[in-house]
Amino acid sequence: MTTRGFTGRRQPPEVNDRIPPGQSLTDDFPVLSAGPTPRIRLEDWTFTLKVGPKPIVKWSWAEFNALPQTKMTRDIHCVTAWSKLNTPWQGVLVDDVLAEAGMEPPTEFTLAHSYDGYSTNVPAKDLLDGKAMIATHYAGKPLTPDHGGPARLFVPHLYFWKSAKWINGLQFTTRDEPGFWELRGYHIYGDPWREQRYTGD
Amino acid sequence: MREQIVATQAKWQKATITGSVRRTPRVISFFFKPAFPFAYLPGQHVDVRLTAPDGYQVQRSYSIASAPDSGDIIELAIERLDEGEVSTYFHDVATPGDEIELRGPVGGHFIWTIADGGPILLIGGGSGVAPLVSMLRHRTAQGASTPTLLLYSARTWDELIFRDELLDLKRKSNGFDLALTLTREHQSHDADYNRRIDPAMVAELLPRMPASAKTAYVCGSNAFVSAAADALIAVGIAAAIIRTERYGV
Repeated sequence: MTTRGFTGRRQPPEVNDRIPPGQSLTDDFPVLSAGPTPRIRLEDWTFTLKVGPKPIVKWSWAEFNALPQTKMTRDIHCVTAWSKLNTPWQGVLVDDVLAEAGMEPPTEFTLAHSYDGYSTNVPAKDLLDGKAMIATHYAGKPLTPDHGGPARLFVPHLYFWKSAKWINGLQFTTRDEPGFWELRGYHIYGDPWREQRYTGD
Repeated sequence: MREQIVATQAKWQKATITGSVRRTPRVISFFFKPAFPFAYLPGQHVDVRLTAPDGYQVQRSYSIASAPDSGDIIELAIERLDEGEVSTYFHDVATPGDEIELRGPVGGHFIWTIADGGPILLIGGGSGVAPLVSMLRHRTAQGASTPTLLLYSARTWDELIFRDELLDLKRKSNGFDLALTLTREHQSHDADYNRRIDPAMVAELLPRMPASAKTAYVCGSNAFVSAAADALIAVGIAAAIIRTERYGV
């Protein structure tokens, strides 16, 4: 349906094919969250890898930062319809977390858990082969609390609510279990290129 | 507190603009009649989509300011952003009779109904007051007396959206209390404060509530929500009872 009198702006043609449907470019970095920003002291921070209810490995901040570091520069897409290009992140690939734990993905699904009680589900295959990391740095600096610091999941090929802020654990699950927003009307998978914003899209 | 979980499936549909009312120099309320009316809860939002003749589309989320109790018409208070692609369309082009695409309701967390109880603490900055006004209108329509305190921050007296309605509601009391703060106006008017929200302001206001808040709702720009939520935490309000809604760019 054409909107009467709407001409709109256009994305610059050179980046047009990098902007998923319904998204608009931003140079800002908006912040979205369901509650207040938690302040987590690095000496209290831990990251736990779980299979079902069972903890497999738990890292302290120092131990986690001793894992192999990887840099990724990617475009990110928020379900609230903004996209930001060429965002530079650094952290530990989920591949390297699993390698350190000496395991292959034991199930097909995961839930990322956060300090504020937030959770989000991501299929295991979407976290592997260099597709995702536990990010601790943005643009060369430690990740600020508003953007999910000390550490957040970074899985840029899905809408950005999947990149859980303030992450403290990754849990492998036998079923695809909806997380916080997925229980509240947001899409179970969240592919921006198929515009999977809400349940049923 | 056990949270009611709301998940809905919302398809794009046409909605007709039935009217508009200027609320402040920068905010106009538009009223929409969806072709397929839907139930919603106070605090939820809709997505609005505009399409150019060549198929180019842009979409934005707007919190619903009307209450579900008032019928099928959806009120959106749209603030004109000078760089805004959608808000300038509404302010400069859209007129009653136009059809717009929207989908809703969206959002299953920033929600309050009288069944959720109180006391509730509402904190709004600028156009972030819209979903809180939906909650208040719902509360009034239901004849509820849930203890409610709204702390509302705007730049100036004339930029307080829904100001007269809120002042009128305060006069009627029935458990509703209102505190206004103006960040760019430093004399006159009946504002309670003339500064940005800070812990001291929150600490001073909390005793005006009959009991501690069961839930706090904070909505506004990102910077506003960060500051207000931090102020609540600083005076000892548990993070778990604070729900936030942040307006991006």
